[in-house]
Amino acid sequence: MSTLSQNPLAGPALRAAPVPSQETAVRTGRVTRVFIYLVLLLFALFYLLPFFIMLINSVKPLGEITGGNMMALPREWTVEPWMAAWSTAQIGVQPTGLRPYFINSILMVVPAVAISTLLGALNGYILTKWRFRGDTILFGLMLFACFIPFQIVLIPMARTLGILGLAGTTWGLVLVHVVYGLGFTTLYFRNYYAAFPTELVRAAQIDGAGFFRIFWRIMLPVSGPIAVVSIIWQFTNIWNDFLFGASFAAGSGAPVTVALNNLVNSSTGVREYNVHFAGAILAALPTLLVYIVAGRYFVRGLMAGSVKG
Amino acid sequence: MGFLDIRNVTKSYGSVEVLHRVDLEAEEGEFLVLVGPSGCGKSTLLNMIAGLESITSGEIAIAGQVVNHVHPSKRNIAMVFQSYALYPNMTVAGNITFGLEMHGVPRPERERALRDVARLLQIEHLLDRKPSQLSGGQRQRVAMGRALVRDPAVFLFDEPLSNLDAKLRVDMRTEIKKLHQRLGRTIVYVTHDQIEAMTLSTRIAVMNAGHVQQFGTPKEIYDRPANLFVAGFMGSPSMNLIPATVAVEDGTPVALIRDEGGEAHRLRLSQPSLAAWAGREIVLGIRPEAITDPDGADRQSRNIQPLRARVSVIEPAGSDTFVATPLGGREVIARMRADATARPGEVFDFAVNMDKAVAFDPVTEARIP
Ligand SMILES: Nc1ncnc2c1ncn2[C@@H]1O[C@H](COP(=O)(O)OP(=O)(O)O)[C@@H](O)[C@H]1O
Ligand SMILES: [Mg+2]
Repeated sequence: MSTLSQNPLAGPALRAAPVPSQETAVRTGRVTRVFIYLVLLLFALFYLLPFFIMLINSVKPLGEITGGNMMALPREWTVEPWMAAWSTAQIGVQPTGLRPYFINSILMVVPAVAISTLLGALNGYILTKWRFRGDTILFGLMLFACFIPFQIVLIPMARTLGILGLAGTTWGLVLVHVVYGLGFTTLYFRNYYAAFPTELVRAAQIDGAGFFRIFWRIMLPVSGPIAVVSIIWQFTNIWNDFLFGASFAAGSGAPVTVALNNLVNSSTGVREYNVHFAGAILAALPTLLVYIVAGRYFVRGLMAGSVKG
Repeated sequence: MGFLDIRNVTKSYGSVEVLHRVDLEAEEGEFLVLVGPSGCGKSTLLNMIAGLESITSGEIAIAGQVVNHVHPSKRNIAMVFQSYALYPNMTVAGNITFGLEMHGVPRPERERALRDVARLLQIEHLLDRKPSQLSGGQRQRVAMGRALVRDPAVFLFDEPLSNLDAKLRVDMRTEIKKLHQRLGRTIVYVTHDQIEAMTLSTRIAVMNAGHVQQFGTPKEIYDRPANLFVAGFMGSPSMNLIPATVAVEDGTPVALIRDEGGEAHRLRLSQPSLAAWAGREIVLGIRPEAITDPDGADRQSRNIQPLRARVSVIEPAGSDTFVATPLGGREVIARMRADATARPGEVFDFAVNMDKAVAFDPVTEARIP
């Protein structure tokens, strides 16, 4: 076979034949591509427009907005609304700005994401490499967590947090989000590890590594792509959550999403739209950042999971 | 009692028994090959020796100690996997020394062992690479290095060469054989390739469908296969298995074989015990190299039988020429010197070395002793 393809006489003839059809393919490809790019550009503008409006109005004095010119660029630029949203605006009854609540959200989201991702990885490892009787049924039950609507767990969860003494605390929210996210993280890691060769685990067993050593030294180091998926997914969901935050951590323990709502609703007298816009962008900034920094890996991780498993 | 003892071992998954009462042993320093078609239970048996699969019943002992409930890392074994199973996140050096590290061997000693093994396998220049940066043959060497560095009592190999291309496979085969001769360690080696089995082993266990069909030296298995399965599986091209009828002429047994025209050919049998089979059917087993042209016949043989038959196909293979002739309803293959003069369609004088022929009971499929 190889001698045939290396035959110098066969080469040019084989290469010459497909050229005309290739050229037309390139030409039609170009037209389609221009069309596709136009459509994509349109959609991008459509999605960017609201953000653009928020952005320009967050750097205007309030007078320009109430004057009725919402779509125009600011005549006078100011960062005053941002400062106010961050540190002085009225949240409920306190003039604290979003800052303390932003910190609440970070204190909630970092442990919740770390714990749920790590536990998901451990679950995936056990469900694929330490199989036991009934493991598929258990996994099926865990998947239910992905489909249960938030509202259903509100009351049992409130009861549980009360019993544990975690009601109204950030740690209570961490627990809620870990429990709720575990279904997803387990699903991600299980599918990823299912494609990971079991022979590696066996080799490590013969080499004398135990359960946790295999997890730390063999499994986790190759879990980068799926860990990114899990982290982005969990981070976005937990950071953006409003219902659990409003239900279980009102007051000074509330996350930034709840505080933003209070900011918008609590302003007495004039509604400071510019401050509201600035606050909304501030509250959305971390998820935006995570996407910009790790979005590439997110797509790659999803692909890795789907191609292999 | 051998160095490695497999006594009456069975394996079941749920209610399905996949290994049936296996009895094998290997002396210290022996090269035991488990060979058989895919799915016959070779890997399962090897994994049971390694401790990666539980033993349903029976006993496995290494160096006199029953290891049924001993953890894989404490059995003093090392294993080379078919996929090599190199840790993708570690360098070659890390892969090789991981087992030593897990066993608490201090760093200077690990490095010395690593250097020795790397020199032995000629992979010194690869130590800092990741497995993904290695070729198939290099990965194979690293996998062997990981096993060698442990200096275990028993090496277990699960089809270590099956992922290599043909040329490399032959080279590595020779290298494994050299390593065995040099280190003198006990090896259990799984393969589905009967040539690997013949060339490497000191003893072979031929397996099929969870049964050990025959356990013996390569020569025993090649010359005196225990049954039709072994006869057909070992050897390439495989043994000719020709239906025949036994007759007794002048007190000696003769095999009568019908050709395509219905005419009977007579081949005097060397095995006197077959006289008891007078008038009954047997399956005559003759290796291709025992059928030649008269000049190429084995001069040591005391019973060369002439056979005139039509040649149907000639297949020159460089060093040999294979000649096919229809006999007893089969294409019978003869192996001749490259310069043999047979031509397709002509009637040719074959010489059959009946000293090398074996006979099988067509009902039980076992060799007739
Ligand atoms: N975990 C398992 N559960 C059920 N059957 C299995 C399992 N592992 C192997 N088997 C069965 O055991 C038999 C032997 O398998 P294996 O030892 O891998 O064969 P080989 O290595 O000879 O190709 C096969 O029929 C296979 O289907
Ligand atoms: Mg196998």
